[in-house]
Amino acid sequence: MLTIEDLHVNIGDKEVLKGINLEIKDGETFILFGPNGSGKTSLLMSLMGFAGYDITKGKITFKGEDITYAPMYERARLGIGMSFQRPPTIHGLRTRHLVNMCARDEDIDIESLAGRVNFTDFLDRDINDGFSGGEIKRSELLQLMAQKPDLVLFDEPESGVDLENMQLIGKVCRQLLDGRINAEPTRSLKEIREQSSIAGLIITHTGYILDYVNADRGQVLYNGNLCCQGRPRDILEHIRSNGYQECIRCMQ
Amino acid sequence: MSNVDLSQFKFDGLVRDKIDDLSTLDAQDKETLIMSGVDVDNANRSGSFLQMDHSNVHCRSNDPGVEVMDIKDAIEKYDGLPEYRWKLIDKDKDEFTRNTYENTHGGYFIRTRPGAKIEKPVQSCLFLKAEQVGQNVHNIVVVEEDSELHIITGCSVAHGTTTGAHFGISEFYVKKGGKLTFTMVHNWGENVSVRPRSAGVVEEGGILQNNYILMKPVKDLQMYPAITLKGRGARARFNSVVVAPEGSHLDMGNKVIMDAPDTRCEIIARTISTGGTIINRGHIGAHHVPARGHLECQGLILGNGRIWAIPELDGTLEGVELSHEASVGKIAQEEIEYLMARGLDEDEATSTIVRGFLNTDIMGLPKKLQKEVDRQIDELNAGGAM
Repeated sequence: MLTIEDLHVNIGDKEVLKGINLEIKDGETFILFGPNGSGKTSLLMSLMGFAGYDITKGKITFKGEDITYAPMYERARLGIGMSFQRPPTIHGLRTRHLVNMCARDEDIDIESLAGRVNFTDFLDRDINDGFSGGEIKRSELLQLMAQKPDLVLFDEPESGVDLENMQLIGKVCRQLLDGRINAEPTRSLKEIREQSSIAGLIITHTGYILDYVNADRGQVLYNGNLCCQGRPRDILEHIRSNGYQECIRCMQ
Repeated sequence: MSNVDLSQFKFDGLVRDKIDDLSTLDAQDKETLIMSGVDVDNANRSGSFLQMDHSNVHCRSNDPGVEVMDIKDAIEKYDGLPEYRWKLIDKDKDEFTRNTYENTHGGYFIRTRPGAKIEKPVQSCLFLKAEQVGQNVHNIVVVEEDSELHIITGCSVAHGTTTGAHFGISEFYVKKGGKLTFTMVHNWGENVSVRPRSAGVVEEGGILQNNYILMKPVKDLQMYPAITLKGRGARARFNSVVVAPEGSHLDMGNKVIMDAPDTRCEIIARTISTGGTIINRGHIGAHHVPARGHLECQGLILGNGRIWAIPELDGTLEGVELSHEASVGKIAQEEIEYLMARGLDEDEATSTIVRGFLNTDIMGLPKKLQKEVDRQIDELNAGGAM
C-alpha cells in the first residue's frame, strides 16, 4: 500500500524527518508513537503533501505510484485520506456540501453516514464553526467515510475527546479500517474484515485508540528517526513504564 | 472618489409609458429585472413598483395590508407627507440631495397597516434605460406598529455599458413593534454612478434587517445609510455581500446609532475585490445602556484591488458593549489545503471558499432570488475573476 524510503523532510532550514523507512501493507493498521515534537505530525503532513514540508531526499510510493512530489488533491484522489487535528472553519460552507464533495462523483447516503457518527444535526452548519473536540473528530470521520480512502492517516484520534465520544470515534474508526462502511450487509463481519485492504497510519499519545482498532504493528518516532518496532500494546506498555528515555539508549 | 458631474446627465424629459403587466416587458429587460430579484409574474409578491428613467411605469399592491404608491401621488394624497418627507435627511446635505429635492422624478411610498403581517415581499425596481439618464428618486417606507414587511428592491441598468446616474433618497420608519426586512440588490453597470442617501429610525421593540448584494460592476458608488435605534429594545442587523471588479469604486458602509436602552445591532460586511476599490465603513455609536453592537468588515483581495476597512465604535458611557472584527487578506492557505486533502484541486477549492464567503443564506431570500444570486456567484467563479 505505502512505502516510504529514506525520507528526509525540512521545515524551513530545520530537518524534521531524518531518513524514514516504513512500509504499510494492504489491510494493515500501523501505530506511530513518539513524544511531542518528534516529527509524527510532520510525517503525516509530508505523506499528504502539505506546503511547507520540503522533501529533500527519499521517496514515497503509494499503490505503486511515486507520489513524492504529487499535489495533495492527487494523493487524495488516489486514496489517501487524512483526519485533521485542527481543521479550519470555512465560512458559508455547509458540512453537508463538503461531505458530498468528499464523495466526488459517487452517490452517498449522507443522512445514514451522518447517523453513524451522530452528526445529522450538524449537516447544515458551517464546517468546523464552533465544533468541540469530539465534534471535529466526528466531522472528520464523516468526511472520510464519504471519501472512502484506502489509506487513513489519523492524527491523535483521542485528543480533546470525552469518554463517550471516544467510544463512538473508536468504533467508527474501526469500521472504517475494516471496510465496513460500504460493505454489503449480507456478508459476515469476519469476511468483510479479511477482504478489506484498507490500511491505517495512526498517531497516538495515550493509546486509547488501541482499545478499538485492530493494530498490527507500531513504531516510535524520536527526533526525526523511527525506532523500536513492535506490537503496539507492548510499545505503549514500555513507554508507560520507561518513558521515551529508553528510545535514546536504544538508538545509540 | 471621482465626483459626479451633474451636467453630464439628462434630468428631464425621459418619460416612459405605463406597463400594466411586467411580464409583457421585452426579454432583455425582463432578464435584467429578474437578476435584481424582481418576480415579473408578480405571483409571489404583495406589491410591485417599477421606476423607469423619469417615470413610474408600474405600481400595484396585491395586499390590502400594504400601500404601494408613487411618491408624487402620496405627496398629493397625504398633503405633502409632512411627518415623513425630508425628516431624516437634510435636503441640503450635498448637491445630489439638493438636486433630487428640486427635481424628484419619482420613487415609492410603501406603508403597512398597523398590525398587518405582510407575508410576501413587496418588490421595487429602479431602472435606468436611456443613455445619459440621471434619475432622482425619493423613497419612503413606513412600517406601522406591530406590522411586518419585506421589501426587495433591485436597481438595474438596461445594458452593462449604459451610462447613467442614480440618486436615491430613502427614509425608513419602523414603528413600535414593527419589523422591516429590506433587501437591496444592485445590478449597475460599469458606466453608472450611484449616490443613495438613506436614513431610518426604529422605535421601541422594532427590528430592521437590511440585506445588500452587489456582484456586478459599477463605476462608482457611495452610500452610508444611517439608522437610529430610537426606542427601547430596538434592533438592527445589516448583512452585505459585495464584489468589486476592476473599474469599480465603492465607498460604502452602515452607521447605527443606539439611542435607547436594550438596543442591539450587528453590521456584517463581506467584501471581495478582484481589481476594484472598496472602502468599507462601519460605525456603531452607543449612547444608552444596555446596548450591544458588533461590527464585522471581512475583506478578500483576489488578484489586484484595494479594500480599506474603517470600522468605528463610539461608546459614550459605561456599560456599552461594542466590538468589531476586521480583516483584509487573501484566502487562507490552510482552508485551500483542507479542501485539497479531500480531493478538490486548487481551483475547485478556491471557488468553494469564495462561494462560502459570499454565502447569503442568512438573508432569507426568496428561492428565485437566492438561485439568481448563486448563479451570479458561479458566474464570477467561472469567469476566472476569482
